[in-house]
Amino acid sequence: MGYFERIFKEPRWGVHPDDHKRPAADAALRLLPPPARVYMPLSQHVGGAARPIVLVGQQVHKGQLLAEAQGNISAPIHAPVSGKVSSIGEVTAPHASGLGFGAIVIDSDFADRWIDTDPVADPFSLSPEEITRRTAAAGVVGLGGATFPSALKFSLGKRLAVGTLIVNGGECEPYLSSDDRIMRDSADQVVDGVRIVMHAIGARVALVGIEDNKPEAIAAMRKAAAAYPEVRIRPVPSRYPMGSDKQLIQALTGKEVPADARAAEVGVLVHNVSTCAAVHQAVRLGRPLVERIVTVNGGAVARPGNIFVPLGTQVDELLAFCGLNEAPSRLILGGPMMGTLLAHGRVPLVKGVSGIIAFDAREAAVPRAGPCVRCGSCTKACPMGLLPLEMAAHIRSGDLAGAVDFSLTDCIACGCCAYVCPSHIPLVQYFSHAKGELAARERTRLRSEAAKRLAEARLIRLERESREKAEAAARRQAERKAAKALAAASASQAQAVVT
Amino acid sequence: MLSAVGTLTTMGLVLGGLLGTAARYLAVEENPIEAELQSLLPGSQCGQCGYVGCAQAAAALARGEALVTLCPPGGKAIAEALAAKLGIKVDLSAVADDGPRLAVVAEEICTGCCRCSKVCSTDAIVGAAKQIHNVIREACTGCGACIERCPTEAMSLVPLPVTLQHWIWPMPANV
Amino acid sequence: MKPGMNPAVAPVAAPHATTANSVGRVMATVMTALLPATLCGFWLFGWPAIYLWIVTVGAAMLGEILCLRLGGRAARPALSDGSAILTGWLLALSLPPWAPWWIGVFGGLFATVMGKQVFGGLGQNLFNPAMAARVALLISFPVQMTAWVAPLPINAAAAPGIIEGLRITLGALSPALDNISSASLLGHVKTELSRGIDLLHLLTAGHAAADSLSGARAGSLGETAAWLIAAGGVLMLFLRIITWQIPIAMLAAVALPAALLHLVDPGRYLDAGSHLLSGGVMLGAFFIATDYVTSPNTPRGQLVFGAGCGLLTYVIRTWSGYPEGVAFAVLLMNSLTPIIDSSFRPRVYGRDRKGVALEPIK
Repeated sequence: MGYFERIFKEPRWGVHPDDHKRPAADAALRLLPPPARVYMPLSQHVGGAARPIVLVGQQVHKGQLLAEAQGNISAPIHAPVSGKVSSIGEVTAPHASGLGFGAIVIDSDFADRWIDTDPVADPFSLSPEEITRRTAAAGVVGLGGATFPSALKFSLGKRLAVGTLIVNGGECEPYLSSDDRIMRDSADQVVDGVRIVMHAIGARVALVGIEDNKPEAIAAMRKAAAAYPEVRIRPVPSRYPMGSDKQLIQALTGKEVPADARAAEVGVLVHNVSTCAAVHQAVRLGRPLVERIVTVNGGAVARPGNIFVPLGTQVDELLAFCGLNEAPSRLILGGPMMGTLLAHGRVPLVKGVSGIIAFDAREAAVPRAGPCVRCGSCTKACPMGLLPLEMAAHIRSGDLAGAVDFSLTDCIACGCCAYVCPSHIPLVQYFSHAKGELAARERTRLRSEAAKRLAEARLIRLERESREKAEAAARRQAERKAAKALAAASASQAQAVVT
Repeated sequence: MLSAVGTLTTMGLVLGGLLGTAARYLAVEENPIEAELQSLLPGSQCGQCGYVGCAQAAAALARGEALVTLCPPGGKAIAEALAAKLGIKVDLSAVADDGPRLAVVAEEICTGCCRCSKVCSTDAIVGAAKQIHNVIREACTGCGACIERCPTEAMSLVPLPVTLQHWIWPMPANV
Repeated sequence: MKPGMNPAVAPVAAPHATTANSVGRVMATVMTALLPATLCGFWLFGWPAIYLWIVTVGAAMLGEILCLRLGGRAARPALSDGSAILTGWLLALSLPPWAPWWIGVFGGLFATVMGKQVFGGLGQNLFNPAMAARVALLISFPVQMTAWVAPLPINAAAAPGIIEGLRITLGALSPALDNISSASLLGHVKTELSRGIDLLHLLTAGHAAADSLSGARAGSLGETAAWLIAAGGVLMLFLRIITWQIPIAMLAAVALPAALLHLVDPGRYLDAGSHLLSGGVMLGAFFIATDYVTSPNTPRGQLVFGAGCGLLTYVIRTWSGYPEGVAFAVLLMNSLTPIIDSSFRPRVYGRDRKGVALEPIK
């Protein structure tokens, strides 16, 4: 890009890290043979965990429903291999805390027998509601990392009459190339998925935003979309975090999503390219989401590239398949800018994982954090226009309200600020800590409000009980008195009769 | 020299007198802050602060007789909210806050005597006579009032288990 | 199979990649930008200037080490970021080049101890340490701080040699050198105006500006060769070490009132060019006012800050008892930085300038 573009055309926000995407992005897609055992977590999406409907010891086919959606926001999960359910229990979650969560463990029979699928020859003859239903039943969630159940977004888009579908092919995270690969290898599937999603939400145009560091993907997508003028391929500048919903919407439409509002309220809906491909699989082929492309990259990996993997495969197994030059010094699930640090590789791959990065010692070297010199690099890099240095200063001194006053709640945790910080201050961790602390306080507040209601209800109950007791006593006394009076009356009567 | 001293003294006396008078006659009615403070307290009337109930604790706070850190179940969050409401600054770094806690029944020791359920201010303990009791997790405030009533020491407070949804990033180590 | 275990105990948040930039690198770049002007100053003022520079930088580092030791912290990491060296360097550039050694020592120590470490070290100070030290020196030792010498290139016959230069810096000024004492342009103008001589008689047109460009005139190291200072500033702008807001606003706020008043009465008010090219305006605009720690960090705040620095400089130069006002102006604006920072926040995405959420537009 020339100087003119750099100065006038590039967005002012964001950072430009070395992308390290090649050679992994150029390596042909490989298939991971079905692993001996998969661990299918019940919670691979935003919202309530799925409820298991299979029993230990049960034989399952690939694609068979293992657990159904539970609650308003949830998604089902399906068997990624055929085999036998060997247990239902806890596994380490792909989460920084290293805590566990529920999963269904399947021992593979290596046959890879699919269930009987229900393909649809012409999805455009189906009603939008039917497409939404099929997408929900297939367990499709946002594969860019947000893992929000896609079907719910379809209904929302339909309800708010969204006119523009934005397809996110930004993939701005360094090292990752799974979206790039799916656009290069399966552009037809992606475009078909895009058109199905458009049909489901009633959108008139689809803008496919692809960072201009992926010329092969842009060419492949242009070719696949040539027959459909409503699907427009739009290269966008390579700048992190271009793949963030809000930034991509702004780059493609010029619209800004208001704070605390959803994108659908400004007439757009964002879906990832991989999600669109999964919708194609789910609706046209009737195949639930049980596999995905995962990038394996990083200095410690011997043969980096993109692998088609059954969900629930352990990270270690995938790393072994790609080979390691050395023990990884840092193992990251997702990209280096927003990914999760893993303490070990015995963690299952879930729907939202687009990559595994194994850093060698050189890549993993972290400079010591120093004091903030107020250089303002973070404020220049922040795509949301925040003042990270001020927020961190407030959080450090325990003043969370002060940090909220500096719009902490608008932070998207993209990591630009911490990336550019010359003092290497872990700014995002300050913000994550503060957000967690605020959420905990909110929970405490709700809890104490509930406790207050319960305490009041108890007082009312005690009052009612004592009143009822008193009334009952009075009634009994009255009854006794009446009985006595009656007895006395009858006695005197009897006496009268006698006399 | 004398006149200067005299002038300053007179001025001091006059202004001081004025201020004193103003303070007496223009005094603002005490802020009805009690109700607001009470609304911040948990309202479970557990009595761990040493007052009979939350209303009495709020009154003591309003009179300035109690510390904002008086409420053990409320922890740091409530101390902070109270301090903000009262417009005072406190150093809460020393306040021990092990996070929310929960009463549990050791089922092998419980005799089903029903004493605990009678003192529970939120009706969080269920169980009939001679039956093993249980604690409703969502309703328990962790106040610990039941612990002392249990004749067989079957009740205890445990920290609320940390789950993925409740886990909080630790503050980065200081540089 | 046992691929790698991570030794990390506490979880570490993303991002897992970081810039190659560091505080040390930023400081080193600033020093590189200062180098040409400094070398030019060394050339013009000879060995005494070199000695004074060494003494001042050394004293600034010493102050830093002392404070870190007293605070029980390791001195090496804090020192290696180069901030103490830069502070001493900037201070040295603002001193009379032939000032005695103890001026440099007092200034250097004051800058890092009272100007920086007392506030809590790097990033915590409210005032620019170099300028705080310069003002402390100016108030405490007005004679030594206004004893300017005319430039005498290092290779000139009359210039002090290595040994003689050392004697000058050690305070044993040889009497023969008295006659090269001079006044800076701004000092000269102030004195003469107060004697009732107007500028039209005082200066021949174009004289001041030309001198300033070549740098061959009396003044501190940082006042000479304004164009080399500006070139260093432009280099920093290009490398994105600083942003344009503060320097441009400051230069404009000096130049505009100067040009206006010069039009009104050329006999009383110096022209804009002389104002820009003499004194510490260039050094101040590019290297002093842009100090990260003590200046605002939002674009609009920086504009306000720079304009304030420039305007105050002009006001102090024109109507106060001091001929030069950059240090005072910067310190005064430093004290306003927190207020500017909280009043001129950038607009947050999805909100208006007041922080209210935008209306959705379909």
